[in-house]
Amino acid sequence: MTELNKLTIAEARDLLRSGDVTSKALTEACLSAVEGAGALNAFVHKTPEIALQQAEAADARLKAGDAPALCGIPLGIKDLYCTKGVPSQAASSILEGFKPEYESTVTQNLFDDGAVMLGKLNMDEFAMGSSNETSAYGNAVNPWRRGNDDTALTPGGSSGGSAAAVAADLCLGATGTDTGGSIRQPCALTGTVGIKPTYGRCSRWGIIAFASSLDQAGPMTKTVRDSAIMLQSMCSHDAKDSTSTDLPVPDFEAALTGDIRGKTIGIPREYRIDGIPDEIDAIWKRGTEMLKDAGAKVVDISLPHTKYALPAYYVIAPAEASSNLARYDGVRYGHRAKLAQGDGITEMYEKTRAEGFGHEVQRRIMVGTYVLSAGFYDAYYNRARKVRTLIKRDFEEAFAQGVDAILTPATPSAAFGLGEMKDADPVQMYLNDVFTVTVNLAGLPGVSVPAGLDKQGLPLGLQLIGRPWEEADLLNTALALETAAGFVDKPAKWW
Amino acid sequence: MSIDTDTAARVAKLARIKVEPDQLPALAEEFNNILGFIEQLNEVDVEGVEPMTSVTPQRLKRREDVVTEGDQQDKILANAPDAREGFFAVPKVVE
Repeated sequence: MTELNKLTIAEARDLLRSGDVTSKALTEACLSAVEGAGALNAFVHKTPEIALQQAEAADARLKAGDAPALCGIPLGIKDLYCTKGVPSQAASSILEGFKPEYESTVTQNLFDDGAVMLGKLNMDEFAMGSSNETSAYGNAVNPWRRGNDDTALTPGGSSGGSAAAVAADLCLGATGTDTGGSIRQPCALTGTVGIKPTYGRCSRWGIIAFASSLDQAGPMTKTVRDSAIMLQSMCSHDAKDSTSTDLPVPDFEAALTGDIRGKTIGIPREYRIDGIPDEIDAIWKRGTEMLKDAGAKVVDISLPHTKYALPAYYVIAPAEASSNLARYDGVRYGHRAKLAQGDGITEMYEKTRAEGFGHEVQRRIMVGTYVLSAGFYDAYYNRARKVRTLIKRDFEEAFAQGVDAILTPATPSAAFGLGEMKDADPVQMYLNDVFTVTVNLAGLPGVSVPAGLDKQGLPLGLQLIGRPWEEADLLNTALALETAAGFVDKPAKWW
Repeated sequence: MSIDTDTAARVAKLARIKVEPDQLPALAEEFNNILGFIEQLNEVDVEGVEPMTSVTPQRLKRREDVVTEGDQQDKILANAPDAREGFFAVPKVVE
């Protein structure tokens, strides 16, 4: 039998239910993989005691025959999720030492279904970044390398630790969050699958807020089927999040037939962007052919406001962040700066926030403060919200023409080297999200599926965008793409 | 629209983030780069378009205006950098 930590969730579920494997053995295999993967810096707070306790409880539940799909499955949890009694600091120094007194709704849902938590995963600070380089814990490292070149590559961001952990088989699946592409981009750069569901599918309660109108939780897994299983458990209506939607959660896994005959796939012409590497374009074309061969009808569509998505995002997200992050004031939790003689409360706020927030977070808070300030609110914030309405309308019109899903590249490049963007203008880094950010602005579900390797041997992903609330159908199309692409490569172990 | 160091200092003050004076020119330049990128939005015709308030068309649910999870002072104070006698403690606010 293969090493247990290399199993998919679906495989492990079947072995657990048949009694061939115990959650304890599975959890121990993952814990030992985690111990051996320090070089990836994916797990930043390990919780082996909790994991083994949960595994034992899961084994009892399995024995009793009361076992939901995730019962006994070891997962990693992004540091953005509040987990009771376990450090949850959004990879920020300002939340150093913070141990929540409560559990996020999504992790509670997972635990109620018997999932096992191995620990907390690295990420960009407050989920602001596309390379995991803004983390207070240091960079997470991609298990993939360019052939024999030992340059350390980014696992993407912000859910970089989650992507690295899943790709390196440290856990069977991980939670991520996605505000502008933070699930889909790291999945694409690590050869893993991740879905950002429709805004409102998952409760945001207990997930440290970045930009509340854009943030959504989602799973990051080895296969589409695993994403369906995990998403099922994560979704719920929650009275504690007024934006979580009171709609029944369909059986996502049951919808996975792989049959997409008669479906219509839209190819948006505005996603052909100058300066995109040929290989990205080629894989997009290949994906289009695969869906056609699987029986889908492919049509060209237009999403005319695509170009304005990133600039609108870089008004709306910082504006919401500046408001959400106002709570880090050194009073209620986390870090407080040492004060000098005579310092008052204003100095306490200013010194605490200067010490506690990293550079990128400070920059975004201040940009947000500026675009919301008197005299600029209409010119920037209101205009961006109007553009957001137009971006959503573009998608609505495409769907009204009968398009079931939209196929695009997931990222404008394969994984790049850590530090390579160090001297670049921040706007250059923002371009990583060019294909994913529209989906957050429109509140739609989007899934990233590994589609092949580039010339350097690095994974490339494709994105499918679905109609609101139709994750089941979207995952089924993703399964058809996954099956056709037949991506089975794994990174060669060097860590 | 160009941001000078005075504006950068004002924004830092509004955001309650201490920025040393020698850092202000670099900060102003970063703002200008980002705002230059955002300026593209001016090309869009937004005449008559409503600003988005909710991405999913739904009415917020209402609930009874009652305490749901009260009486947990100790938990609320558990993470405070400085808590005394059941309160958050801060430097003197009023002279």
